[in-house]
Amino acid sequence: MADRSLLSGNEAVAAGACDACATIGVGYPGTPSTETLECFACLGGVYAEWCTNEKVALEVGLGASCAGARTLVTMKHVGVNVAADPLFTAAYTGVGGGLVLLAADDPGMHSSQNEQDSHYYGLAAHLPVMDPADSQEAYDFTRAAYGISEEFDVPVMVRSTVRISHTKTPVVRDGAETFERKPYEKRPDKWVMMPLYAKERRKDQLARIERMQAWADACPYNKTELRERSTGIICAGAVYHYVREALPEASVLKLGVTYPLPADTIAEFASAVDAVYVLEEASTYLADAVRSYGIAVTEPPCGAHRAGELSPEAIRSAFGVSQPPHPDAAENVPPRPPALCPGCPHRIVFKELSRLKAIVTGDIGCYTLGALAPLAAMDACVDMGASVSMAHGMELALADEEHRPIVGIIGDSTFGHSGLSSLVSTVYNDGAGTICILDNRTTAMTGRQGNPFNGVGLQDRPARELEIDRVVRALGVEDVRVIDPNDLDAVRSALKEATMATERLSVLIFKRPCVLLSRERTEPYFVANCTGCGVCISLGCPAIGKESETGLAYIDADMCIGCGQCAQYCRFNAIVR
Amino acid sequence: MGCRVLLSGVGGQGTILAAHILADVALASGLDVKVSEIHGMAQRGGSVTTVVTFGEVVESMVCGAGEANVLVSFDKLEALRCADDLKEGGVLIVNDEIIKPASVLTGRCPLPHDIDDVLARLGAVMVPAEAEAREAGNVKAQNIVLLGALSATLDFPETDWEGAIAASVPPKTIDVNVSAFKLGRSFMAERLTGGALR
Repeated sequence: MADRSLLSGNEAVAAGACDACATIGVGYPGTPSTETLECFACLGGVYAEWCTNEKVALEVGLGASCAGARTLVTMKHVGVNVAADPLFTAAYTGVGGGLVLLAADDPGMHSSQNEQDSHYYGLAAHLPVMDPADSQEAYDFTRAAYGISEEFDVPVMVRSTVRISHTKTPVVRDGAETFERKPYEKRPDKWVMMPLYAKERRKDQLARIERMQAWADACPYNKTELRERSTGIICAGAVYHYVREALPEASVLKLGVTYPLPADTIAEFASAVDAVYVLEEASTYLADAVRSYGIAVTEPPCGAHRAGELSPEAIRSAFGVSQPPHPDAAENVPPRPPALCPGCPHRIVFKELSRLKAIVTGDIGCYTLGALAPLAAMDACVDMGASVSMAHGMELALADEEHRPIVGIIGDSTFGHSGLSSLVSTVYNDGAGTICILDNRTTAMTGRQGNPFNGVGLQDRPARELEIDRVVRALGVEDVRVIDPNDLDAVRSALKEATMATERLSVLIFKRPCVLLSRERTEPYFVANCTGCGVCISLGCPAIGKESETGLAYIDADMCIGCGQCAQYCRFNAIVR
Repeated sequence: MGCRVLLSGVGGQGTILAAHILADVALASGLDVKVSEIHGMAQRGGSVTTVVTFGEVVESMVCGAGEANVLVSFDKLEALRCADDLKEGGVLIVNDEIIKPASVLTGRCPLPHDIDDVLARLGAVMVPAEAEAREAGNVKAQNIVLLGALSATLDFPETDWEGAIAASVPPKTIDVNVSAFKLGRSFMAERLTGGALR
């Protein structure tokens, strides 16, 4: 018992990679995957870096693997979309040193724009996929995945979900194994994927699927637990534990390998139980596969659960099992959605875009919160970099008519991730419009990671800082301005000038550090002689409230960091200190 | 299933630290433990919940309706929001404070007028965590006051709690946090009518 420590699934993946002698770790931050690489970076004898995006990360990882090193690549589920191009072909080239890709899914969308299921990448690219159900398995599976990757000459995906990545459970670590990097050997037939060689590798890939299939049935990672035979449930990952809690008498086939599926094991399980149910989140990946073996999948009596996360509660509902007795839910509890922090340097920009009645294409980061009331200054948010390219598309569609100003808004890290290539495309096509880059000097949403525009590296190594304004000018944008986003007059006039110049492309860089970086505070403001006009309330600052009786504003001195944004909006000079 | 403790509050209130200390204490006594957290967007001042489940064997890491043996809420509104997660007869410990959400601050939603009545009907023990934390020497130690109150409902040794606190907080703040813990623990002990839960 002495060696048990509580690790999150992310920490366990990092530890498993380290103990398997992975020496290189790369990735791009994204909830719920982020801590994996941060934790890996703190382990001894490894090199870790944030890349500009997931495609780059997987390619760096593939290069390291090609040269013989065992490599860890981490990303969230939607990051796998970005990395899909190299991923599909890496399934042809295979690996040198073992390559493990952590794909962390977010069913329920706690911090994501969709809840896609990464299993489909395993199926589509023919990569082995392993689903840990707790941190011990995250450690064991990751560790084993390096050997599996090398045995089958293919990258292995460890597919986590938010409840695995962000749940701490006890882990016992084994001692580190020994691994000797093989000397690099030139193998164009394996690594140059031109048609000549790729056609041969495709045959190798198909042969590999058959070998992996046999392995999936024989490996120790899928477990059949026969209890009551009336109900047989096939599941994987966290869902296994939900099933055990909600339906403790049911027989369960717990899948640790979810591609290729252990077809014989599944058939055997199906024949041992009266009815087969498949419980999974975000897709019907497993159920469709089980049906494809000619096995009837029964729907739960009270209906299947399609959107959002599963839970013991959801499973009890689906099977008509009563919930434990509990008080009724309280009614009329005011919602508490997340909000931009007090003093957030994004706030004035959104307030001014709202005043301008601009059509705003947004992007992925804290600033997506600018879409919520009372700022409500965002019209679209789809994926990393889309703010810039969607703004261009809107300009094209509305070119023939009078229209409200179109403004794309993107953060510094997101700009480095995908905004750069979008902006080059707009410049190349001589597009017009306004792009705002909210440069808060960090990748804030995921916990303040480094990026090319703040020059902060993952380990204590020198990293270079690129200056956004110089990069944007070098890309061919002529109207480029750097503005302090806490200076209302400067923000207002820059936005006005940029949006009035409808024939040209303007890039406005709003540069000020995230308040969570320095955590500096100055003397708080307070409200004196308020007229109740409500303009300060409309900033949506969590430190400013409205007295329900009088309608007058007040400032919570504990929350106010003294940024002075609200004071600049008060025409009556009632916000003072 | 063992014992499930749901900690609810607002991003930044220190629910996660309190949860980790509880988990360390349970782990040290040889139990299985799971601690489930939510990171990312929810941390920007939104509602947050952390679930600690411990016992001989722990299955699920989440908490649904009627599944919490104890609900410790760092905010009265969050206590209401999670009230149906508490099992019938479970223990409800609530910080006697409300952080007004943006929907209330901006006047879009009224604050329910009967919060205290509803909590009283649910049998809540209201803890003046801010006052207790001030008495301990730091208003920020409210999370540890509430942890102390929670500790009085569980039968882990007091020394284990103090050891886990010392291992989890900055060295300079150990004394303040241990005082905060003791204040919360004795406050709750005085109000407990039944024995320890576990």
